[in-house]
Amino acid sequence: MGQKTALYDKHLQMNAKLVDFGGWDMPIHYGSQVEEHHIVRSDAGMFDVSHMTVVDVTGADAKEYLRYLLANDVIRLQEQGKALYSGMLNETGGVVDDLIVYLMTEPDVTGEWFRVVVNCGTREKDLRWMADHTAQFDNVALTERPELAMVAIQGPNALAKVTSVLSEARVKLINDLKVFQGRESEGWFFARTGYTGEDGLEVMVPEEYVADFWQALADAGVAPCGLGARDTLRLEAGMNLYGSDMDEKVSPLMANMGWTIAWEPAERDFVGRKALEKQRETGVKQKLVGLVLESRGVLRSHQKVMINGEEAGEITSGSFSPTLGCSIAMARVSADIADTCHVDMRGKLVEVKVVKPSFVRNGEKVYS
Amino acid sequence: MSDIPSDLKYVASHEWIRDEGDGVVTIGITDHAQDLLGDVVFVELPEVGAEFATGDDLGVVESVKAASDVYAPLSGEILAINGDLEDAPELVNSDPYGDGWFVRLRLSDTTEVDDLLDADGYAELCEAES
Repeated sequence: MGQKTALYDKHLQMNAKLVDFGGWDMPIHYGSQVEEHHIVRSDAGMFDVSHMTVVDVTGADAKEYLRYLLANDVIRLQEQGKALYSGMLNETGGVVDDLIVYLMTEPDVTGEWFRVVVNCGTREKDLRWMADHTAQFDNVALTERPELAMVAIQGPNALAKVTSVLSEARVKLINDLKVFQGRESEGWFFARTGYTGEDGLEVMVPEEYVADFWQALADAGVAPCGLGARDTLRLEAGMNLYGSDMDEKVSPLMANMGWTIAWEPAERDFVGRKALEKQRETGVKQKLVGLVLESRGVLRSHQKVMINGEEAGEITSGSFSPTLGCSIAMARVSADIADTCHVDMRGKLVEVKVVKPSFVRNGEKVYS
Repeated sequence: MSDIPSDLKYVASHEWIRDEGDGVVTIGITDHAQDLLGDVVFVELPEVGAEFATGDDLGVVESVKAASDVYAPLSGEILAINGDLEDAPELVNSDPYGDGWFVRLRLSDTTEVDDLLDADGYAELCEAES
């Protein structure tokens, strides 16, 4: 048996099919992954993401520490609660993990407080990596927050349904949130972030309250959704999955994460910077693209991408897109790829369209 | 526990077989199989008239999770395929023993039917695999 989140009994009550996910027993679906996917695109669904790792970074050097640890620059967080997506790189420019960092306090106060959310499968490695890199800073404290459960409520009706079960003060707090911003409220944390390409919230809840919160949301018509739908939703949204679309051997420049590298100011040193600068100078040979299969069949990870009969890369994430009704994928391929290529699907070469790796946003097809 | 109707026969690769009389059988995949696969999104079926020997690849089921081969549980010739699965592959999930059927086969050797599992035998096999 794996680790259980504080919502485990709720999942059983709601007929979840549980699978092992990074050592946790997590719902893959509650009946139909495809239906759950559609509910998030059209209404509101909720995901238990309590397995994710939350780390608070505090101390007088917290900001300088994160400016060194991350490829993106937390100096860009110029408003309380603002969030930033970043890679945490190694010295060769590979991705140790991808993460979200929130500025919990006002900017530029002494002793800023940041909250970092990293992946569950990489928890031990990340905590070690983060701790090791505090060495050159006098005043940084890392505090893991395993007592916080986390629920992601996503979809066009997510905010309306969440606010229907909360106090007036919290409703006001949520209504004032901008996209990619979060705020604390008496130990709870409400962030307008997510991993689906829809509007919504990620809510951190002290675990003793989370079962009641989950039930209240269910009563308000928010459908429980499993990690299966979470994966097809994030793939349609063109969001990377750590371990599939990038890892320690892959540069952000080869993983469609170039936009997360803050090159300026040039004097800011961060882990991996030298390696990335060299790659930028010489150019990288591969990039992450989107693939669309307009005929029948489903693209799957590790299938080979072929250009003129030669192997030119492979699929990193592939699935069926419930919104588009066909298969889509992300693939790491030669940087000079044209607008079509072939994929070796179970021994058959099938033509696919090459697009930017983003397929659906706010319920609508976005590639052309 | 998955549904295993007692009036059907089964094979270890999770296909079911219904005897329609006159050497004709209907074939599909079991409730247990559709449950393992998750939402079915495409079903690839053979052409009417195609001939298969026991164990040949008969088609492919693609679900959100994986692609899975469907094997011919018996030898014979395809008499009909379930065309509804082209537009409604989810029938395999919602009604695996009814509207989610795959093909109808005219047997080339009716004695092969004796080698099939009955419901109890198949239930035991599922139990052992879980």
